[in-house]
Amino acid sequence: MSFENPWVHGLVLGLIIANVSLGITGYSIWFERKFAGRMQSRPGPTVVGPWGLLQPIADVLKLMQKEDITPASADKGLYNLAPPLTVFVVLSTLAVIPVAPGWIVADLHIGVLFALAIGSLGVFPVWMAGWASNNKYALLGGMRSAAQSISYEIPLLLSATVPIILADSFRISDIVDAQLGGHWFAFWPPGPGMAAFVLFFLCSLAESNRIPFDIPEAESELVSGVSTEYSGMKFGLFQLAEYLHTFIISLTAAALFFGGWDGPGENDGFVWMAIKTLTLFVGIFWIRWSYMRYRSDQLMAMCWKFFLPLGLALVMFSALWVHLV
Amino acid sequence: MNEIESSLPNASLNDGVQWTTVGGVQVPVELLAPAWPDPFLDVEEYDPDGDLMVLNMGPQHPSTHGVLRVKLVLDGEICIKCVPYLGYLHRGVEKLCERLSYVQITPIVDKNDYVSPMTNELAINMAFEALVGAEVPRRARYIRTICAEIQRVGSHLLWLGTFGLDMGGAIGGGGSIFMHTFRERELLLDLFEDLTGCRFHYNTHTVGGNRHDIPAGWADKAVKVLGIIGTRLNEYEDFVRDNHVFRARTVGVGMVDPKLAIELGVSGPVLRASGVDVDLRRDQPYAAYDEIEIAVPTETGGDCFARYLVRVAEMRESIRVATELLGGVPEGPICSLKPVKLPGAVKAKHGRGVYTAIESPRGELGTFVVGNPERRQSAIPYRCKIRSPSMHALQLLPYLCPGNNISDIIVTLGSLDPIMGEVDR
Repeated sequence: MSFENPWVHGLVLGLIIANVSLGITGYSIWFERKFAGRMQSRPGPTVVGPWGLLQPIADVLKLMQKEDITPASADKGLYNLAPPLTVFVVLSTLAVIPVAPGWIVADLHIGVLFALAIGSLGVFPVWMAGWASNNKYALLGGMRSAAQSISYEIPLLLSATVPIILADSFRISDIVDAQLGGHWFAFWPPGPGMAAFVLFFLCSLAESNRIPFDIPEAESELVSGVSTEYSGMKFGLFQLAEYLHTFIISLTAAALFFGGWDGPGENDGFVWMAIKTLTLFVGIFWIRWSYMRYRSDQLMAMCWKFFLPLGLALVMFSALWVHLV
Repeated sequence: MNEIESSLPNASLNDGVQWTTVGGVQVPVELLAPAWPDPFLDVEEYDPDGDLMVLNMGPQHPSTHGVLRVKLVLDGEICIKCVPYLGYLHRGVEKLCERLSYVQITPIVDKNDYVSPMTNELAINMAFEALVGAEVPRRARYIRTICAEIQRVGSHLLWLGTFGLDMGGAIGGGGSIFMHTFRERELLLDLFEDLTGCRFHYNTHTVGGNRHDIPAGWADKAVKVLGIIGTRLNEYEDFVRDNHVFRARTVGVGMVDPKLAIELGVSGPVLRASGVDVDLRRDQPYAAYDEIEIAVPTETGGDCFARYLVRVAEMRESIRVATELLGGVPEGPICSLKPVKLPGAVKAKHGRGVYTAIESPRGELGTFVVGNPERRQSAIPYRCKIRSPSMHALQLLPYLCPGNNISDIIVTLGSLDPIMGEVDR
């Protein structure tokens, strides 16, 4: 789908994609709760609507009714700016990711770079929230977040460089096109492709603060980390951003490593993209509900001592591969 | 000063060895220096500029196991000094015991260690029996032992779940292990409900025996439940023990020096995980423990992982012991005294004190009771002191925390398994 006027195109498509993503995110919370319930031998939400399907709506309504607290000693401007900014930063990544052939808000020729650059901006609202809350737990959470982002950003970039080199383009739709016909970068080149995907996936988990890297939040240590002082819908926005980020990770990974809409049979692209994205999405839930949390220094040691050399090796390998094969 | 130093024989010979004088005798400093950090560090002196952050963790905190308050002096995230503040759950149980008669105290002490009420009841009633000289019939002793062992499994299951929470938080892998251990604990609570009518605060032990006999079919049910838990323990081992993150978080964290632990009076799994082979069930048998062989699992690691291994091994051992005892419960009365009708039914006619101790899931749970010889007060203890193992385990915290970051402190605290109800009483 496309319009001739780029403004109309961006607005219409952006509105559709953003809202669909928000809807998926809302229902992913329902799904995750059901999924976690099954993992923990309990039913999950069952009360609101059939199979608890209206639970996300009830959750949001409840959050909106909560008292909106701003601590007296908080830096009010930054404190109130942080939650919407997290959502804004995460949503803007969606602009460069194609969900089907032609379904892309802005097909930038530096799409991957844009996505990664905007994604790494995500640490600023978190740090803002931690600093502006004027709470010791929040401050520690913000500190951890900053330290963590410095550690994982480089391996993340390196792992995303592998598909860029293989496809010879920064444009995400080009990267997907290069994989058409089953040449998925996760499986081709065999071995290193999968390693690059795993590296990308783990670093993205760290970026979105999911278990086992949810160190800035760490509710058993830092009460709730950066979101300790937030209540009501501001807290809800942090949660929304986290889930949205997880969804976008799955989308990006599906596009960069699993051939996007490529798949057997005639289709318009949505089906395969949805299947791949949701599979990765469920994988993230699965990891979340089976692992504990790393310590911050362990995460950093892992990033610097293992991920970074691995990322460099993968980049060199893919350069050689492109040159030789 | 210089003359004295130069006159000392070894002062100049051993370079690199620092000497000091203690009571006129010269000893190397390294012999005096303890292997653990100084818990009484003077923060003002250490940090004259006031750059350190003081964080009051608790009493409202998700991972302080109740209402413990820990004052942490932090340099970044590294703890420099740790001071636990107790007393937020102080309910004056010991003072209350001086106002209640012997038969009225049992339901009160149920609430001390609220994770294993059975062993509390057993501990206090053993002391009362020793004080008033009451015999316990063999059947009652068997029931007590079975209850204590089942309770140990339940208590350690709860510990395993909350330990997972400490490491992973309620939303995540920690929550998964928590939910599963609580599912199993539920089965044990059902067992106790069938036996005593209560799920938590049983009031089943009494001076001279038990109040509730084993109902028909209970033994078979209990054996079945213990078998189920035994197989599910294997699942947890798969889930937790070989979990990379679990290992990364526990191995080498919170090392407890056995010497320090003994000095502080630590007992139970924490001490056994440091390689000290002490278990009151085997060393001074009470109830029916003299009739059964108890294997005491020990580990030499001394870290959180060793404590996890010891507790899991203890669960298996308790399941074995309880199953074995359930097969051979002797017939007979369950109480040597007549059923209690009035609070003053049990009397101690002398003012001597007795101390008895049992091995509760957390260690040596001792009771020191002094009788009241005065005629009008003879049904009421003069003094009742409860020595709780959690209290002593918690004393380790100021020694374990310095040098670690907050994440490790939470895990260390969790691995000590303090129950604040028992610490504060």
